[in-house]
Amino acid sequence: MGTVASARAETPTGRSILIDVPDWPGNIAGQHVDVRLTAPDGYQATRSYSLASSGPEPRLQLAVDRLPDGEVSPYLVDDLLPGDMLELRGPLGGWFVWKESQTEPVQLIAGGSGVVPLVAMIRAHAASGSTAPMQLLYSVRTPDDRFFADELEKLDTVTYAYTRTEGGGRLTRDALEAAVLPVGAAVFVCGPTGFVEAVASWLVDLGHDAGRIKTERFGGA
Amino acid sequence: MTEHVDGNVLAGPLLELFREDMTTATARCAGCGDVSVLATAMVYDASPGWTVRCHVCEDVLLTFVRANGRLRIDLRGITALEV
Repeated sequence: MGTVASARAETPTGRSILIDVPDWPGNIAGQHVDVRLTAPDGYQATRSYSLASSGPEPRLQLAVDRLPDGEVSPYLVDDLLPGDMLELRGPLGGWFVWKESQTEPVQLIAGGSGVVPLVAMIRAHAASGSTAPMQLLYSVRTPDDRFFADELEKLDTVTYAYTRTEGGGRLTRDALEAAVLPVGAAVFVCGPTGFVEAVASWLVDLGHDAGRIKTERFGGA
Repeated sequence: MTEHVDGNVLAGPLLELFREDMTTATARCAGCGDVSVLATAMVYDASPGWTVRCHVCEDVLLTFVRANGRLRIDLRGITALEV
């Protein structure tokens, strides 16, 4: 069980939430938790949410985008208050993770709220003092829809691709090619299923080894 | 068919049966023989459970059903698991 410490609006439809979990064993950047909500009638719904935090700290950070027909995200974005208890299981997943022992260059590619586990990797990378290059390509509707905008603004390793701005549009293969590290980099792609499918297939077309591309799809946009 | 997600999402449910993180375990597909980590499998929502398919041949690797407080996993499409 966790206790909500605070929550902050990040975008018009999403927010970040700090949760204290006293017996938290620590987590690796990129891992997730399963959050389970139980309705008064006993109905339960469980969803996975990536952590933006990593390391030993017992204060976790989630960032959640509200899905219009979601069963769990509207509650987390609109209703959850500081002091509320949250049932969660984790840390989970040992595959979509970045560890400081990885010394190869890293290209991160996010679609929308898929940036959350990648922010955990950026933070872990900075905290570790790793000299491996790491950069982010962030595809998002508009500047207002960016999660962790202030924090990412300070970095010169982030490229933005706006999909709903004047002159913007869906990420293209050419724009991807121009923005990503050359073949040989480890690549992490997280976003809606269609976005991840397109990006992963373009990367393979561009010569990237499919075995070095790790993906995390989270369903419909 | 609805959009799938990645096998990463199975980490929590599989911990109810296995002692270790199974998303980094490799599974051999009974259909095509591909050996890949479960994190790369294709997971389709099939409430109250999931259908998990091979990312190469799309044959069913395993299915989950959660009902009456029990979790049932059918492993018909996996001929070997390795951690």
